[in-house]
Amino acid sequence: MLCDICKQNFATVHLTQIVCQETKKIDLCEACSKEKGVDDPTGFSIADLLLGLGATQEIDQSAGGKSLVCPHCGFKQSDFKKAGRLGCSECYQLFNEGLEALLKTMHKGTRHVGKVPQFYRQTQDLGEELQRLQKKLEKAISDEKFEVAAMLRDEVRNLRAQLKLTVA
Amino acid sequence: MSIDEFLSSPTRSSQRSGPHDRIVLSSRVRLARNLRQLPFPGFAKKHQRIAALQTIRPAVESLPVMADAFSATMDSLTNLNKQILVERHLISREHAAKTTGSGFVLNKEESLCVMINEEDHLRMQSLQPGLQIREAWQAVDQMDSALEKKLDYAYSPELGYLTACPTNLGTGIRVSAMLHLPALVLSEQINQIVQAVNKLGLAVRGLYGEGTEALGNVFQVSNQMTLGEAETDIVERLNKVLAQLIEHEENARATLLEKKTKTVFNHIGRAYGILANAHSISSKESMNLLSLMRLGFDLGLFLGVDRFLVDELFITTQPAHLQKKYSEKLTAEERDFLRADMMRERLSGVNRPNTEKFDTSGSQLDKPTE
Repeated sequence: MLCDICKQNFATVHLTQIVCQETKKIDLCEACSKEKGVDDPTGFSIADLLLGLGATQEIDQSAGGKSLVCPHCGFKQSDFKKAGRLGCSECYQLFNEGLEALLKTMHKGTRHVGKVPQFYRQTQDLGEELQRLQKKLEKAISDEKFEVAAMLRDEVRNLRAQLKLTVA
Repeated sequence: MSIDEFLSSPTRSSQRSGPHDRIVLSSRVRLARNLRQLPFPGFAKKHQRIAALQTIRPAVESLPVMADAFSATMDSLTNLNKQILVERHLISREHAAKTTGSGFVLNKEESLCVMINEEDHLRMQSLQPGLQIREAWQAVDQMDSALEKKLDYAYSPELGYLTACPTNLGTGIRVSAMLHLPALVLSEQINQIVQAVNKLGLAVRGLYGEGTEALGNVFQVSNQMTLGEAETDIVERLNKVLAQLIEHEENARATLLEKKTKTVFNHIGRAYGILANAHSISSKESMNLLSLMRLGFDLGLFLGVDRFLVDELFITTQPAHLQKKYSEKLTAEERDFLRADMMRERLSGVNRPNTEKFDTSGSQLDKPTE
């Protein structure tokens, strides 16, 4: 059996981990297990390892054979294979497609639920308010209540201006 | 002020107490955050790491909760001091290996600490004694909300907080508790329990991670998934599991005491015998035997002495803490001698386990397990 990482040496380290009833197995040679920190289990999780392996393939596929390079930090997809970590926050946009399937196996969902920084909370709230007002406006127009519609139109305009300010 | 002067003594540190601390040694909630503008630490150039440190460190230091905090760059700490911080569970082993461009800030109460440029730009954690993961979450949540006003976090509405490793994506939260489970180990139920906990999507690690037979019967339980579940839901889920684990451990202790009295007393008595009389002992053996003594304290076999003594020895017998007491560099063999000397001295005031109130006459043989 050959090592899953270098595919050259004979695998002597065999790891199995069961997460959410899914069995994940990985076979490594001595050198790769050392490099991946398997002998220092403090921060080690097989998910990280599997991540490095599976994700690279996914990302390769989604790139359609081209080699993607992050325009922000210069991170290449081959770097992901080595480190199992991304280069910068922008990398998530670039490798988004390739990561999707992986995130599905790793996490409960693929969309964030939970804490939102205040800055985003504000814009989120304004955005929702805007949608609500626009619906009201449409209804007012179709009901031919033009005075109300005129008021709503001004409110929408104000809100748009505010939203622009926050985003900028 | 140096970190030596700043850190509370092992004696004081082991006297912190919290709910259920018979079984739950400590609770911790960690958040991972990154700056939008700079590459993640693992991929950043040296000057970029320094830039991140120079942005983050003053922001953290300026928080009201960090008044009188200890703050240092990692290159200013000696390897021994870094190791001390690892043994106190204040920084990760990974962070201890960092030098230029990384930093560490710890509040006066040693309940909030921030690692700068570990795997992510910011790893902030709240530590509480006993079972207090809700409280730990609230404390770290507050610190994070104060910091987001000063720092430009990498965040996307779809993926949440963006982290170097996709395993931390979303909430960036790791909720964990350190549990002392000697009875579940002695009664050989631990593997089953670990498997069950794994099935719930939670990870179980040893004190320093060595497989499932953890050093000193100490296990760390934590969440694995960070995306698609809100922080409070993760905290509550872990809380439920921890409550169950506490119950299982308490049951296992009661059952052992009732049905395997001899076996349990034998283990505890031998642990005491070795610790109080050995002239050379390794750190690993110390931890495993101290764990049994801690169980003895919990079962009321060591009267008149405080359990904190065992917890203190848990800290002071670790390699770096031991080294710290002596100026010259010690070999592993010398450490084993000195560790045993210290143990004999500290346990000289502790009487051997008192089992009189339990009926342990020879006729009362241990019943086989059903």
